[in-house]
Amino acid sequence: MTSVTVAAAGRKTRRSGAHAVRRKLLVHGVQVAVLVVVLGFWQLYVGSDSRKIILYGVPSGIVGRLKEWITVGTAVGSLGDQIRVTLEEALLGFLIGTVLGIVFGLAMGRVRFLADVFGPFIKVLNSIPRIVLGSVFVLAFGLGLESKVMLVIVLVFFGVFFNAFQGAREVDRNLIANARILGASRWQATRQVVLPSAFTWIVASLHVAFGFALIGAIVGEFIGGLQGLGVLIKTAQGTFDANGVWAAMVIMGAVALAAEWLITRLEKRLLRWRPPQLSGPDL
Amino acid sequence: MRKDFRSPAGEIYTALRDVDLTVGAGEFCAVVGPTGCGKSTTLTLVSGMERATAGWVRVAGQDVSGITKGVGFMFQTDAILPWKNVLENVAAGPRYRGVDKRTAYADARDWIRRVGLAGFEDRYPHQLSGGMRKRVALAQNLINEPRILLMDEPFSALDVQTRALMSNELLGLWDLTHPAVVFVTHDLEEAIALADKVVVMTAGPGGTVKAEFPIDLPRPRVVQEIRFEPEFVDLYHRVWETLRAEVDIAYSRTQSPAGVTR
Ligand SMILES: Nc1ncnc2c1ncn2[C@@H]1O[C@H](COP(=O)(O)OP(=O)(O)OP(=O)(O)O)[C@@H](O)[C@H]1O
Ligand SMILES: [Mg+2]
Repeated sequence: MTSVTVAAAGRKTRRSGAHAVRRKLLVHGVQVAVLVVVLGFWQLYVGSDSRKIILYGVPSGIVGRLKEWITVGTAVGSLGDQIRVTLEEALLGFLIGTVLGIVFGLAMGRVRFLADVFGPFIKVLNSIPRIVLGSVFVLAFGLGLESKVMLVIVLVFFGVFFNAFQGAREVDRNLIANARILGASRWQATRQVVLPSAFTWIVASLHVAFGFALIGAIVGEFIGGLQGLGVLIKTAQGTFDANGVWAAMVIMGAVALAAEWLITRLEKRLLRWRPPQLSGPDL
Repeated sequence: MRKDFRSPAGEIYTALRDVDLTVGAGEFCAVVGPTGCGKSTTLTLVSGMERATAGWVRVAGQDVSGITKGVGFMFQTDAILPWKNVLENVAAGPRYRGVDKRTAYADARDWIRRVGLAGFEDRYPHQLSGGMRKRVALAQNLINEPRILLMDEPFSALDVQTRALMSNELLGLWDLTHPAVVFVTHDLEEAIALADKVVVMTAGPGGTVKAEFPIDLPRPRVVQEIRFEPEFVDLYHRVWETLRAEVDIAYSRTQSPAGVTR
């Protein structure tokens, strides 16, 4: 015979609190160690061999370049300006692309007629390598902001669109039916039932979409631009400055992480109603 | 009326055939029948979520086309919005119809109290028990004061005690606004204890009304006790005789799927 005993033990919980702290320290410790080992090998391997520095860059050189950019400025202007230009392009395109993606995705997910008519067009557009459009946009809209924003929109739109579309399709039919029976119009049901329900899908796509937004802005600048991180990378490449390329990448990484953090915050806020996934033991 | 479903492969499945059922205003009608006989389908036809393939469905003399006005529907599974709390969920109906927020919320609080959920206004559905979620769904429908309340096995997921309790409260609430009720259930005891009329349906496919039994037990009724009355036992035996034959047929069909005709 087996017996099951359930009892709350205060001492046990307290001890497991200390345990959690230790675990966290261990995780972070190992993370730092991994970083030190990788960078250490890189630094030792390249050393002060100037040929290797040109080819691969070196951690100490990258830090030096970053310091120089911050204190003196870059070849194309102050570092802050470059970051601002790129961010502006990426954010503007991201916002427009996301809104368009959500609107089109939900509309086509809700109205079968629209899906039947526009489905094939979207499939075709999605199958062409969109990054190439960057050249077209630079030719059409010039070296300024517009061409990059257009490229970002095109890159962001499809990811968000497909998720919003799928999200609108996956909504529990009973939820919609219930709202309709309670007196909601089709529009009200879309706004108050389909949109929130599809939000889980949409927000999931935003993480990837912002990555695409940064890529779009930088590639756009790369193809033809006067200012921005992409131009910075291109200039560094042109002067065989591997350290400069890496330094620009470090900055992009920091920007992407900050954006990721913001999107996660937004996600938490919008999806407050969900039962916390991380409470309780792993399943 | 008749209802056919067409499968993606193009096969036609007749769920309901020659169903002829009338529910009077303010009447409490319980529908029992073996699983798959088309009880839920009947309700979706009345609510206007599905259209009859042949024949007609009328509510208050009007042919049903589109979502029927003045209807409430309690689904077999939960259909309250998980991202809205109890208060917002209950107030949803009036809000959809454009009632201003303050009035809608005041009304909603009243109904939340009536279904016994006072104090839980701020909870989200995932923080409620199954029985509480059913209460929310009930309040959400009753606040609209429907003329017809369609209930699809609303209490089947609850334990026996809670179910009896909820049944009792349902009768109390039904007395307040007195809508016509079509109450689908597997549970014959529940059907007889609640209803003015019990409808037995034949096994699917092509389910139809087999028999109707008027239940003239006196009201008000206490669900937990009424089943010991001799009249109740008598009725139960009579309805069960009719129902059992259909349950047997349905069961034998699930045993030999080849026996299912299209
Ligand atoms: N959308 C649909 N497409 C095809 N067949 C369907 C559809 N909805 C229901 N059916 C079929 O119609 C029959 C009746 O279904 P219904 O849900 O009305 O049964 P029910 O009497 O409510 O059963 P239960 O008591 O198990 O809920 C079933 O055999 C089911 O397979
Ligand atoms: Mg059913």
